[in-house]
Amino acid sequence: MSQSLPRLVWQRSLPWVAPVLLLLLWQLAAQTGWLSSRVLPAPLAIGKAAWTLALSGELWQHVAVSARRALSGFAIGGGAGLLLGLLTGSFRRAEILLDTSLQMVRNIPPLALIPLVILWFGIDEGAKLFLVSIGVFFPIYLNTYHGIRSVDATLIEMGRSYGLSGWGLYRDVILPGATASILVGVRFSLGFMWVILIVAETISASSGIGYMTMNAREFLQTDIVLVGILLYALLGKFADLTARGLERFWLRWHPGYQH
Amino acid sequence: MNHNSRETEALASSAAIVNAKGTGLSLRSIVKRYGEREVLRSIDLDIQPGEFVAIVGRSGCGKSTLLRVIAGLEEIQSGVQLHDGRQESTHDDTRIMFQESRLLPWKKVLANVSLGLTRDRYLEVLDVLNEVGLADRRFDWPSRLSGGQRQRVALARALVHRPRLLLLDEPLGALDALTRIEMHALIESLWREHGFTALLVTHDVHEAIALADRVILIEDGQITQDLHVRLPRPRARSDAAFAALEELLLNQLLGKTLIKPDALAA
Repeated sequence: MSQSLPRLVWQRSLPWVAPVLLLLLWQLAAQTGWLSSRVLPAPLAIGKAAWTLALSGELWQHVAVSARRALSGFAIGGGAGLLLGLLTGSFRRAEILLDTSLQMVRNIPPLALIPLVILWFGIDEGAKLFLVSIGVFFPIYLNTYHGIRSVDATLIEMGRSYGLSGWGLYRDVILPGATASILVGVRFSLGFMWVILIVAETISASSGIGYMTMNAREFLQTDIVLVGILLYALLGKFADLTARGLERFWLRWHPGYQH
Repeated sequence: MNHNSRETEALASSAAIVNAKGTGLSLRSIVKRYGEREVLRSIDLDIQPGEFVAIVGRSGCGKSTLLRVIAGLEEIQSGVQLHDGRQESTHDDTRIMFQESRLLPWKKVLANVSLGLTRDRYLEVLDVLNEVGLADRRFDWPSRLSGGQRQRVALARALVHRPRLLLLDEPLGALDALTRIEMHALIESLWREHGFTALLVTHDVHEAIALADRVILIEDGQITQDLHVRLPRPRARSDAAFAALEELLLNQLLGKTLIKPDALAA
């Protein structure tokens, strides 16, 4: 708190100088006609398009549909990944039974399944849910499995010799020891969740942000396409912030997260 | 025959502190192998209730393994182990303190000491934290403590279970010299107050003589020396008798690898 206020404001605003300059330049280029609005509309025009979409309620409807798909896919795939990861991480027999098969499936990129998924589910909600679930499953499964396996064995030995066993040992020693690794998986899969959803919505959808941008493309509304892209960026950032918040809370004991 | 004379001797020396608060320990022909390698070769040892015994030896001599066998953390290939004359596989009244504190980093000091206890024993936890002088740090994360403080928390965590046998596996090995001296005083006073049987594994002969009633030397998986320390407590480290004992033990420890003077001259 030894710094003066103007100095603090200057330091905080420093990272934003370059983006603001770029925006100004972009606006100028578009206004002078040097940049065609078909290629890249002016920032103000994009803002206006977003505003109009927000006022009509269309924007929120699409955001809500996309967010619901993303979150339910995350809940299903992430939940299954966590459960199976805990299972194979904790029980040698479950590992022998399941891990090899899961590792084989893992090597198939989820997007390679699109033709098959369309054959199975057509182009309705099921297809998108399935793709997102598969996409988020593996990062969480792998990191949970690895996290449980790499819990410090000396702590487990200590726990046992201090009378812990079964669920008590799991709750006090093993699960907390694996949390850092599980959260890494959550963060990975939150990023992946949007990537998969974008592709799925772009290929086939009748609502959602992906549908909105594909629809706008047909009418050459580049400004709305850009609104869609920016929305994905914002939602992705929001997901990352959530993951970081979870890390701050659950890993508050960790020296790396204390400040 | 040999056992008997040792037992009576031990009894005589520690008659003043024999009490029901400590476990009596008898080991007979304990053998421990890792694959082909024999780490403990037929160990026989009797420890009186309430006795403070130090086990010294070079690294790799088997002293830590012996402690882990007594703690029930290692399987043995043959031999018998009696706690208070009974042969049990689990020892609820035995607690071990490791070289590293092994505190759970995700639990605050208070929760670490309360590990495995029910909530209604909160006051006991506070009491024992007071005894090690860390009650005011009870809401801190272990990562915020120094190495010595962490070992004091680990000591509190062991003591809150009111152990009758406390096993100390080089718990001071990683601490600086001043902190070690403070810890010696703390461990000695807690041992005198609580009356548990203490078994300390250390490579530090000085530490062993400062704390123990009896120092046992292990070399190559066998007990090669069993020495009673009859110095008054608290022990003056500059005392001539203290120094003589230290010299004796060190000489025996170094004996096998001692460089001969004529070899040095050549």
